[in-house]
Amino acid sequence: MNDPTLRRTPLFDTHLAAGAKMAGFAGWAMPIRYGSQIDEHHAVRNHAGMFDVSHMTIVDIEGTSTLEFLQHLVANDAGKLKSAGGGLYGVLLNEAGGIIDDVIVYRRDRGYRVVSNAATRDAVMDWYKGRADRFDAVLVEREDVAMIAVQGPEAIARFVDATGLSEVAELKRFHALDVPHKAATWMIARTGYTGEDGIEVMLPARGAPWLWCELAQAGVVAAGLGARDTLRLEAGLNLYGQDMDETTTPLESNLGWTVAFEPADRDFIGRTALEAQRTNGVGNKLTGIALEDRGVMRHGMKVITEAGEGEVRSGIFSPTLGYSIGLARVPRAATGEVGILIRGRERRGRIVRPPFVAKKR
Amino acid sequence: MTDTLDEAKYAETHEWARLDDNGHVVVGISDYAQEQLGDVVYVELPDVDQQVDAGAEAGAVESVKAASDIYAPVSGIVVAVNTSLDDTPELVNQDPYGDGWFFAIEPDSTDELADLMDAAEYSEFCESE
Repeated sequence: MNDPTLRRTPLFDTHLAAGAKMAGFAGWAMPIRYGSQIDEHHAVRNHAGMFDVSHMTIVDIEGTSTLEFLQHLVANDAGKLKSAGGGLYGVLLNEAGGIIDDVIVYRRDRGYRVVSNAATRDAVMDWYKGRADRFDAVLVEREDVAMIAVQGPEAIARFVDATGLSEVAELKRFHALDVPHKAATWMIARTGYTGEDGIEVMLPARGAPWLWCELAQAGVVAAGLGARDTLRLEAGLNLYGQDMDETTTPLESNLGWTVAFEPADRDFIGRTALEAQRTNGVGNKLTGIALEDRGVMRHGMKVITEAGEGEVRSGIFSPTLGYSIGLARVPRAATGEVGILIRGRERRGRIVRPPFVAKKR
Repeated sequence: MTDTLDEAKYAETHEWARLDDNGHVVVGISDYAQEQLGDVVYVELPDVDQQVDAGAEAGAVESVKAASDIYAPVSGIVVAVNTSLDDTPELVNQDPYGDGWFFAIEPDSTDELADLMDAAEYSEFCESE
């Protein structure tokens, strides 16, 4: 994993020292797993795990019309964020309603922070820049910031053990906090991509190896992108590029709830296309499939339903459930029992509503 | 460093084949292969009494990462399959040369074993991969 064309996060050496199996992901050298991927998965579901997600794109936006800029670009309404510390999940759309990326928008004391995917970095930055000049909105990509996700039912307790930042325990779901710590400002958000309680910590890159080490000593298990994928899919969370892309709209991607059609006069990119689709109805939907036969569903496999054919977009063996689950794009009317073509044989599955694994509350 | 079993022979597709006391060829996948695959979650085995041909597909192994075909290292009739893999596929990761075996073949002849690599050759082969 000495490929010089791959970018490295501030934790690259830490991962190598831990014996991680590294692989190229969206142009970055990332840890796929450290030991057993299934053990890492269970550690997050049952205790606490941590992920290096420093490859994600973090952009700070400031200026007098930043809110108007975000209200034009994000299909969810950033105007819902009434005060600093609020966070909002949403999608960036093209004019046809296709999804350019999914993002989390945080309102801060000054301006906003938007976190988007690694694989879409260039497309998203170009999209912002091509539209920012009509607004007083200054974009700063924060390549100096690392991000560590601490996830699991014990995540908050272990993080507080490691850092002493007990105020994190009071942080509400999807809210964020800027805290002065270690002579810097850390932004800590009660968000994640695992279906578990937890936080995502954005801190100066130079501090990341220290935090990683402290968390490990507090009993947090290092987990790779492999476990991150099985955890997010069990939680029914889409992966950009796989479950949704520029050719699919949020209404076809189980993300209709993230589109704010009200107020009716908010002119966001893609609105016209989505309104037409809402009137005419969508052809396809993204839904969950649970495999009833043995085997493992994988990306690209054909799904046979009574309403027509579809395709598995994400498929895994679920470590928590002990069988294969997936997200598939199928005709809207499809329901009940379906067939999945796995390695030349039709296997039985059924359409289910994600999430596959509900959060323990 | 990857483990090998001295008394076994190895295919380029990472199966091992060991001649047992009954003259059967026991087949599994190497330590190197299980390490590359990651956690094994499902193994598709051939049927007992099924004819298999050297180099032809005889089953599949699904890991958290991907599905991989299993090729018969020698031709013959399948005389036994490891049914404990149905419920505990992780045996392939934990004990690839022992409890994680896949199936046993009554070989047409043992000549085909000579076409496979020995442990030292296989170790070298893995390092060059």
